[in-house]
Amino acid sequence: MVSEEREKIVRDLISSGVERAIAKEIARDFRVTELSVGRDALSAAGIADEYAEDILCMLGIEVAGEVKPCDIEIQVNGTPLPEKLKSELKSKLRVVRRMLTRDKLNSILKRVIAEYEDARVDPREAVGVVAAQSIGEPGTQMTLRTFHYAGVGAIYITLGLPRIIEIVDARKKPSTPAMKVRLQPEYASDRHKAEILAMEIEETHIKDIGKVESSADDMCILLSLNNRELEKRRITKEEVEEKIKSLDMPVDIKEDKIKIYTKNNSYHELLRLEERISNMLVKGIEGIKRAIVRKGPEGEYMLYTEGSALKKVAKIEGVDFNRTTTNNIAEIAEVLGIEAARNAIIDEMMSTLEEQGLDVDARHVTLIADAMTVDGEVKQIGRHGLAGEKTSVLSRAAFEVTVDNLLEAAIHGEVDELKGVTENVIVGQPIRLGTGAVELVAKNYGELMR
Amino acid sequence: MKKGKVSILEHELVPLHKVMPEQEVTELLKRYKIKKEQLPKIKTSDPVIKEIKAKEGDVVEITRNSRTAGKFLSYRLVTK
Repeated sequence: MVSEEREKIVRDLISSGVERAIAKEIARDFRVTELSVGRDALSAAGIADEYAEDILCMLGIEVAGEVKPCDIEIQVNGTPLPEKLKSELKSKLRVVRRMLTRDKLNSILKRVIAEYEDARVDPREAVGVVAAQSIGEPGTQMTLRTFHYAGVGAIYITLGLPRIIEIVDARKKPSTPAMKVRLQPEYASDRHKAEILAMEIEETHIKDIGKVESSADDMCILLSLNNRELEKRRITKEEVEEKIKSLDMPVDIKEDKIKIYTKNNSYHELLRLEERISNMLVKGIEGIKRAIVRKGPEGEYMLYTEGSALKKVAKIEGVDFNRTTTNNIAEIAEVLGIEAARNAIIDEMMSTLEEQGLDVDARHVTLIADAMTVDGEVKQIGRHGLAGEKTSVLSRAAFEVTVDNLLEAAIHGEVDELKGVTENVIVGQPIRLGTGAVELVAKNYGELMR
Repeated sequence: MKKGKVSILEHELVPLHKVMPEQEVTELLKRYKIKKEQLPKIKTSDPVIKEIKAKEGDVVEITRNSRTAGKFLSYRLVTK
């Protein structure tokens, strides 16, 4: 089948005056099913745009009225449709190309554009309310499964309704911070290398690699290292000794034990020192409690971590920072900016909803993310954020803490313009939305009055 | 195991930000019949703004990736 198609393309090219060798070359360079011969396939095969145009034209046989791939390409690109619709339309049209005529193609495009215009939101439509309801209703189904956790291996991640609330409230830190760390190709294909990297990232304290005891007799701290742990975590004794020395305390290093003496011989100091030594960081990144290696969705090895430190992970050799993410949205806003935070809100909410088996249109979630980030910082949806910054006094009072809002407004002598929905409902007027948003205007009013 | 500074502009979550020339800004505001202040904001302290060295009062054009539309343009006004 494929070779037949390829033959055909070669024949087509030759009949339109291309040399046989070149024709074969072109046909070999891209997949030659009717479907994939488009501008994309040509540019993927390394053919420059100006030639691609010619080739696309040549691929159609010159029969009067026949639609060639280039016709589809050019006509669809000329429509006012969004990118995604264009590419979908192109691939579908290519399948039925042989059954098309120019007239048919034109009427299909006209129809598609009409449908698209029809499906668009009307001006003055209350999109916010629709978004709220569209997320609120599936939310009621989620409550039943609220406190279930599902994770990767042994790492637990908050999911379901609590997670949605967390995102919408724009908490500074999620209850279960976690990162998905992607790796550079050489690490991503080798489990062993990925595991070494995991050890590099995971925080290791002195207490994890040995026993810390205080001895009141000698007034010293006794540190006995566990060799197996040391080996597992790839830490040398010298590294530990170096760390201990940096404490600037009298140290006595023996074969298997390290003694650290106090300076003032006070019992209080001894206890404090024990605590301090136990929690000393020997290796890894502060805040990354665990890092485990798992195969990612594309079959490459990646790290899932408990705890989040995007900035520090970026500096580790072997980490593909560009594809590394965290579920801490505040952290993303700080490190990658407001637009990245907007994307993160959408991704996190959509994946939480999808994980629960709920099919919410991305547009609703996008609207929420947009509203949360309009001012250049991540704001919560609630009385300390979006709802609290509304201009209308009545609208704010209707939301939460009614008395406080009214009192505050009275003190400052605020005026309510009655432009929003809530305040008009409160005073019993038609709301200024949909059909309520328009007023009658007579054409040539002046003439009529004369 | 340390490596040099990585650019955040390359991150998959960060869309393309571009400072718009004055003339394009005027056209944009005319097209939507709005004032500059009515655009969404982005702070001068935003890491991307620092990276592309935009100044207060600039308008940045953002090429967003959308789940529904593929790609589309969005605009933000740089503010304090």
